[in-house]
Amino acid sequence: MEPDEPAVRIDGLRHRFKETVAVDALDLVVRRAEIFGLLGPNGAGKTTTIRVLTTLLPPQAGTVEVFGLDVRRRRMAVRRLIGYVPQALSADPALSGRENVALFARLFDVPRAQRRDRTAEVIDAMGLADAADRPAGTYSGGMVRRLELAQALVSAPRLLVLDEPTIGLDPVARAGVWERIHETRARTGMTVLVTTHYMEEAAANCDRVALMHRGRIRALDTPAALVASLQGEAANLDDVFREYTGDDLDGGGFKDVRVARRAR
Amino acid sequence: MSVSLAAPVEPVRLLASRTFALCLVELQKLRRDRTEVVTRAIQPALWLIIFGQTFTRLRVVPTGDVPYLDFLAPGILAQSALFVSIFYGIHIIWERDAGVLAKLMVTPTPRAALVTGKAFAASVRALTQALVVVVLAALLGVSFDLNPLHLLGVAAVLVLGSAFFCCLSITLAGLVLKRDRMMGIGQAIIMPLFFASNALYPVTVMPGWLQVLNHVNPLSYEVEALRGLLIGTHARLLLDYGVLVGSAAVAIVVASAILGRLTR
Repeated sequence: MEPDEPAVRIDGLRHRFKETVAVDALDLVVRRAEIFGLLGPNGAGKTTTIRVLTTLLPPQAGTVEVFGLDVRRRRMAVRRLIGYVPQALSADPALSGRENVALFARLFDVPRAQRRDRTAEVIDAMGLADAADRPAGTYSGGMVRRLELAQALVSAPRLLVLDEPTIGLDPVARAGVWERIHETRARTGMTVLVTTHYMEEAAANCDRVALMHRGRIRALDTPAALVASLQGEAANLDDVFREYTGDDLDGGGFKDVRVARRAR
Repeated sequence: MSVSLAAPVEPVRLLASRTFALCLVELQKLRRDRTEVVTRAIQPALWLIIFGQTFTRLRVVPTGDVPYLDFLAPGILAQSALFVSIFYGIHIIWERDAGVLAKLMVTPTPRAALVTGKAFAASVRALTQALVVVVLAALLGVSFDLNPLHLLGVAAVLVLGSAFFCCLSITLAGLVLKRDRMMGIGQAIIMPLFFASNALYPVTVMPGWLQVLNHVNPLSYEVEALRGLLIGTHARLLLDYGVLVGSAAVAIVVASAILGRLTR
């Protein structure tokens, strides 16, 4: 792991599902310690990119590196660097919050001597200490999302990957989730890669964003620079989104809707 | 939030630690919700109380000096473990839909370790179920051999049998990918597996074609070993254990190879 390697480097990534090209010659660099937003309509290729990056899908063409480690050849080493929160609310409802987090501490080989303290520490950091011994099935959506952040953070990852982390949450819960992400990033200096549909969230929380459409990056810069590039009055990131994707938002399909509904 | 991550552990320790972690989760779930143990006990209870007692009176099944209820009890023990494990495929599809499986597969856990962990977790549940059936059968007057070594052997047989059927179920889940299809397939194979085994009647009374099926059915070797260990009938324990270990190992390899289909 070279000290000056970016957190993520993607060169010429292509991925297709039968006839559908999901990711098309994607080049992308995510710098260390930044919050990077990957934006785009349903079917843009964001989730496929995330799945390759997190080793769930092998890259069909091109290279993907996490802190200089090739995801194809160094799969296990890459996994040790990543904390991952998928789109659906995925905590086990039959386990308590503490048990949910402790499972991931074990799966990431957090040493036994540190496991209990480490679990309590991340639960506390996510504001769940009072609910830690209740079944996760009794949590609100926002609490489940914070619990999932605790699961992802218990191994002290260098890269936190969040796939639509606030989808289906009410505004208060969304703000709570982002607050915890910022706190953790400030404390640990970790890199955060997030996909989201919410432009105002990306504008407010990401250091840089990339707009993805039909498997390619259409624009990449800071939110302010992208808005400024439109030169329109009262332009915002929504306008930038429309500028680069047009009104062609019919990608994705029933599966995307189903996943989004499941997260609610 | 600094934490020293453990050095990569060797494969055997990795397998053991992941299996332990997933079995622990299963026990935690069982401790919190015992209703499943009770409801799953109803069917074996009906087999023992109604079918067992009636056929004991009828004396139509040639079981030699062994009362039919004693002959039947190990078969029902194997059946209840089969019922628990054969529906694990549905559970894994639920985990896929909820994002749990993707999250597990992004941990530094090889697929074989994940599948082995799931297989032994199914065994934990099956053992709990078996305990209920053994107590019930004992209350109905079945005289079991309580030699601790034999009981340990019984536990090993149930663990291996459950691991095989759990992996068979995960493999089928990886092929059909949908919960309702998996439910139908589970129902479709469970009774043929049960009736094409020696659980209800001796092999000698089966027609020739059924005897062939019986010889390739791991459930038959499971029942034979259980019967030998619990009520002292003739058993080829070396062959029985050999078949169960071999089929469980093959099933783990096949299920591990197919697991990735569930997260694509």
